[in-house]
Amino acid sequence: MKAELLEAIPGITPYVSLIDADGHRDSTGAFAELVADIGPAELLGLYRDMVIIRRIDTEATALQRQGELGLWPPLLGQEAAQIGSARALAADDFVFSSYRENGVAWVRGVPPTDLLVTWRGVAQSGWDPFIHRMATPQVIIGAQALHATGYALGMQLKQSDSVAITYFGDGATSEGDVSEALVFAASYAAPVVFFCQNNHWAISEPVRVQSRTALVDRAVGFGMPGIQVDGNDVLAVMAVTRSALDRARRGEGPTFIEAVTYRMGPHTTADDPTRYRPPADLAEWAAKDPLARVAAYLRGAGALDAAAEAEVTAAADAVAAELRAGCLAMPDLPPDALFDHVYAEPHPRIDEQRAAQQAYLRMFQ
Amino acid sequence: MSTATGTATLTMAGAINAGLRRAMEDDDRVVVMGEDVGKLGGVYRVTQGLQETFGDRRVMDTPLAESGILGTAVGLAFAGYRPVCEIQFDGFIYPAFDQIVSQVARMHSRTRGAVKMPLTIRVPWAGGIGAAEHHSDSPEALFTHTSGLRVVSVSDPPDAYAVIREAIASDDPVLYFEPKRRYHVKGEVDLDAAPGAVRAMDRARVVAPGNDVTVVAYGGLVQTALAAATAAQSEGISIEVIDLRSLSPIDFDTVVASVERTGRLVVVHEASQTGGLAAELCTAVTERCFYSLEHAPVRVTGYDIPFPPAKLEKFHLPDMDRILDGVDRALDRPNSLQDRGW
Repeated sequence: MKAELLEAIPGITPYVSLIDADGHRDSTGAFAELVADIGPAELLGLYRDMVIIRRIDTEATALQRQGELGLWPPLLGQEAAQIGSARALAADDFVFSSYRENGVAWVRGVPPTDLLVTWRGVAQSGWDPFIHRMATPQVIIGAQALHATGYALGMQLKQSDSVAITYFGDGATSEGDVSEALVFAASYAAPVVFFCQNNHWAISEPVRVQSRTALVDRAVGFGMPGIQVDGNDVLAVMAVTRSALDRARRGEGPTFIEAVTYRMGPHTTADDPTRYRPPADLAEWAAKDPLARVAAYLRGAGALDAAAEAEVTAAADAVAAELRAGCLAMPDLPPDALFDHVYAEPHPRIDEQRAAQQAYLRMFQ
Repeated sequence: MSTATGTATLTMAGAINAGLRRAMEDDDRVVVMGEDVGKLGGVYRVTQGLQETFGDRRVMDTPLAESGILGTAVGLAFAGYRPVCEIQFDGFIYPAFDQIVSQVARMHSRTRGAVKMPLTIRVPWAGGIGAAEHHSDSPEALFTHTSGLRVVSVSDPPDAYAVIREAIASDDPVLYFEPKRRYHVKGEVDLDAAPGAVRAMDRARVVAPGNDVTVVAYGGLVQTALAAATAAQSEGISIEVIDLRSLSPIDFDTVVASVERTGRLVVVHEASQTGGLAAELCTAVTERCFYSLEHAPVRVTGYDIPFPPAKLEKFHLPDMDRILDGVDRALDRPNSLQDRGW
């Protein structure tokens, strides 16, 4: 092997955890230092985020059951992974996610109603990616990892401080696009963070079908550091994400984070996890609930009394009410919206077919 | 090295290179990426010298992963760049198919116009060079069937120079097919040619006027069709040859205007027949000028087979005589298929 290929192999950081399932906070070590600024007041904010996105999830699931949405992909159980990582981002960073990152979208300021546009079937996306610095949900598994890497290459070319982060799941690690993204990012030391939520399930397939080793172990083979984190620990997730973002901003390249969490709900509202999920799993992971542990910590710190709890609940209910009203008020687009934006520039076939559709529809007037 | 000006005699590969150089000089958002495009200058030298001028980040040697090239180009477009991706050979485009079809082609539509995908995907293309397997494919119909993409082909140096600049300037994704058998053909290129009011890349062009039959070709077969037209003259047959150039959207107006005069249409392509562009052209022309037709439209295409080994490709690819046989069919003259009543 040529000497130039023999770079120091970056290491794997095993399981980072800062607030355990009983709400005990560990304030020692390098990762704890990265979140030393997050006191009880800030943690209450993160808790509030998590309560709200869980409430969005519940309301959207209800809307689907009532026939107002075609489908909804719940994030129940993954609130800490999404809030902790998204709250670590700078405003100018850019998110490329899958379709389950509704919590990340909340943090990026996407109006909750806009989350429903896709699932109500009104349009294929609900927001302008450049306003919220977040691409709209990607349905092709793992494809967005390459988009984030390309965006990061662009930031590198511009010498910008902006970092790209891509969210994907354990299933996506088997997709070629994710491997190719890891190769491109490592080769060019691109400022991108690969945030893998290992929620243990790719619809019905357990993570062991995707990998015989811990997912984080893959990082070394691609030539980047890997960090495994308790994905149900919002503080630890924030700490490791900050560390990865800092590394990227220093020009040292990409990091692979494996947030170990659990999808407590179905893959989507069309799925029936009782056909494949061992019942004991739910009990085991319910005991590790990402919200309960922060609530326990906050109560111990005197930061979550009944009044604060009531305020958080009221805020979540208000978001849910806004979500429901926005969903029901969402206008359908006209028939010839089919032809909008297929091309950025004029296109004779689209023009002809739009005219043909209008001629056809006029027959019914 | 700065861009040459005035008129130059260039090969088609050289003309594309000059067009890329001009585009990179005019717009620093233009980046070139692909396998071996940097230090080597591309396996056909189409990107030769660009990395020296523009640096190894604007002319990027990518890892050997076609989906990765296209997927990262999507991200670069999000970042405001105009990537020009080289797929090293036609037959290597399939690993990138998902990113092209599911991402590049749909992003503008998906985001309701918020995100443009001004990518140019250059593809050294098609047969006639005696290449190994996967180096001679004609996959254009896979992409013309995909909405959201523009698909163009070039056939000579001035055309290649004009169209590459237009493709890069387009806010839509453009697949730019370069017939490998034409890379070394020379021609006069006006390097200062200003883009016309109507883009060359949108329009078919009549490359030889004629009255008796319209032959539509594109890419490497334009020259073959021109040779057929010259040969037919000796038998008193006047062939109008059209270089289709834009494969999606097709410029039906130019083709229909010709067929309305000649009454006869022959479409030729290297790609296999079923579901190919000739099927679309013959159908659309029949729809648009049925009463001008004196004969059913005729297709002269590659067969419905995987691209054959080098020693057999001459039996697969339409050549001058097969085109003339198709012309005879369109003219109801004795031909190879007359016993079938075609």
